[in-house]
Amino acid sequence: MERLPPRGLRRLAYEIGWSLRGFFGTFGAGQLFLLRIIADLPYALARPGLVIRQVYVTGVQSLVVIMLAGLFVGMVLALQAYLTLSRFGAEDTIGMVAALGLVRELGPVVTALLFAGRAGTALSSEIGLMRATDQLSGMEMMAVDPIKRVVAPRFLGGVIAVPILTVIFSAMGIFGAWLEAVIILGVDEGAFWSQMQAQVDLREDVMSGIIKSFFFGIAASLLAVFEGYNCVPTAEGVGRATTRAVVHTSLTVLVLNFMLTAWLLGGN
Amino acid sequence: MVAAGGRAGPAGAPGCPGDDNIVAIRGLSYARGQSVIFDRLDLDIRRGGVTAIMGPSGTGKTTLLRLVTGQELPDAGSIRFDGQEVTRMNRRELFRMRKRVGMLFQNGALLTDINVYDNVAFPLREHTRLPERLIRHIVLTKLHAVGLRGAWQLMPAQLSGGMARRVALARAIVMDPEIIYYDEPFVGLDPISMGVVVRLIRRMNDALGLTSVVVTHDVDEVSTIADCAYLLSEGRVAAYGTPEDLQDHHSDTVTQFMTGMADGPVPFHYPAPDYGEQLLARGGK
Repeated sequence: MERLPPRGLRRLAYEIGWSLRGFFGTFGAGQLFLLRIIADLPYALARPGLVIRQVYVTGVQSLVVIMLAGLFVGMVLALQAYLTLSRFGAEDTIGMVAALGLVRELGPVVTALLFAGRAGTALSSEIGLMRATDQLSGMEMMAVDPIKRVVAPRFLGGVIAVPILTVIFSAMGIFGAWLEAVIILGVDEGAFWSQMQAQVDLREDVMSGIIKSFFFGIAASLLAVFEGYNCVPTAEGVGRATTRAVVHTSLTVLVLNFMLTAWLLGGN
Repeated sequence: MVAAGGRAGPAGAPGCPGDDNIVAIRGLSYARGQSVIFDRLDLDIRRGGVTAIMGPSGTGKTTLLRLVTGQELPDAGSIRFDGQEVTRMNRRELFRMRKRVGMLFQNGALLTDINVYDNVAFPLREHTRLPERLIRHIVLTKLHAVGLRGAWQLMPAQLSGGMARRVALARAIVMDPEIIYYDEPFVGLDPISMGVVVRLIRRMNDALGLTSVVVTHDVDEVSTIADCAYLLSEGRVAAYGTPEDLQDHHSDTVTQFMTGMADGPVPFHYPAPDYGEQLLARGGK
C-alpha cells in the first residue's frame, strides 16, 4: 500500500500530480490506440461490408433523434432571433442568423453530442460487453486482431456518419427555422431565403462546419471505442466505460470546437 | 504412476508426459500484485492425449491457459509450444501459433451478433480464401460432428449453455488445430449436456488426432476421459498421474480435492481474526 503524504498542501500537490499523471497516461494511450486503428484501416476498407454496417448502426439508426433535435433547435433559434431582431426591425435576417448558427456551430456541436449519447454509448457498451464475455479474447485466440475486425470498422463508421448526420441536422434546423419564422411568425419568405443565400458562404461557413464535424466524428468515435475496448470486464466496468465515453466526448467536443473555430476563422 | 512436487513426468507412463510433448513448461513463475499464482511450475502436455489440469478455484488454471497461449507473459520461466518459445514470440508469431490452436472458453465466447453458422465459419473466412460453397460444406460437417447441424440458423442468445459450448467446440475445430484448450467446459451444464460434452472431447481428440487440455475442477467428469491429470495447488503441481492414480493418492491436498472434503489443506474459512473476539469487539465492522 502506497503511503500518502499528510494532509495539507503537500497532499494536495500529490493528488493533483497523480491526477495529471493519470490524465496524460490515458491521453497517451488514446493516441497510441488511434495510431493502431489508423494502421488497421486498410483492413477495414478492404471489407466495406463491415464499415457499411457500422454506418447503418451508428448513422442511420440515429437519424430520427438527429432530425427531431435539428428541427426543434432550428425552431427555437428562429424564435429567439425573432424576439431580438424584431426590436430593430431586422426580422428579415432570421434566415441568415439561423443558418449561420446552425452550419457553423450548433449543427456540428449538437450532432456530436447527440452522437456521443446515442451511438457512442452503444459502441462503448457493445465493445465492453464483447470484452466482458471473452469475445475479444476469443478472436485473439482465433488469430484475429480485434482492433482490425471490431474496432477499426466501428471507428470508421462513426467518422463517416457524423459529418453526414451534421448536414442532416443543419438542414432540418433550417427547415425548423423556416417553419417557425415564415409559417408561424409571418416573416417574409423571400427575405428569409434571400438573406440566407446572400450571407452564408459555402466555403467559409458550410465547409468549416463540415470540417469541424469530421474532427468531432474522429473524437467521438475514438473515445467510444477506446473506452469500450479498455474497460474493466465486469458489468460495473462496462457501465463506467460508457459513462466515461459520453462525458469525455462531450468535453472534448466543446474544447475542440473552440480550437477549431479559432483556427478556421483565424480570429485567435 | 504418481509424482509430486512439480517435476515433469516420467517417460512411458500411460497417457502422461513422455518424450513427445507438444507443450513444455519449465520454472514458470507468475504473480498478480502481491499474490503468487505460480512458483517455478513445471508441466508437460503429451501430444495426442487428453490432459486434465485440475485444482481448487483460484489456483490459476485459467491463468495457465492464458500463459501458454501467449495472452499473458510470465514473470520468469519458459513455455514451449512444439519447441518454440511462446514467451519470446512477437504478435505475428503468436497469431501463427494460434492458428494451430483451438480454445474453448468457459462461456463459449461466441460472437453474439452473428448466427451459429457464421460463428463457425468465422475463422475460415478470416484466414482462408475458400469459396463459400466449400466453407458451407466444412461448417455443416463440423456442426454435424457436435450434433447441431440443425441449429445453424440460431443466434447465440437462443442457445442453451451446453449448445453454446458445442457450437464453440465446432468453431474451435474448424481450422483443424493440433491442440485444443478447454477452459472449464463443464461449468453450469445439466447432466445430459455435460455427458455430451465429455464424450465429444474424447471423441474429437481420437477422431481428429488432436491433443486436448481440459482445465476443470470437475473430478468425476474429467476422470472418465483424461489420460493424464495434473493437480495444481499453491502455485505448483501437487501431484500428477492417471486419474486412477490420483484417486489413490495419499497426500492430504490430493485427497481433499479428489473427495471434495470441505476442510483440509485448503481451509473452509478465509483467514480471519478470532471469531469470539470479533463478535465482542465494539464499534465498526
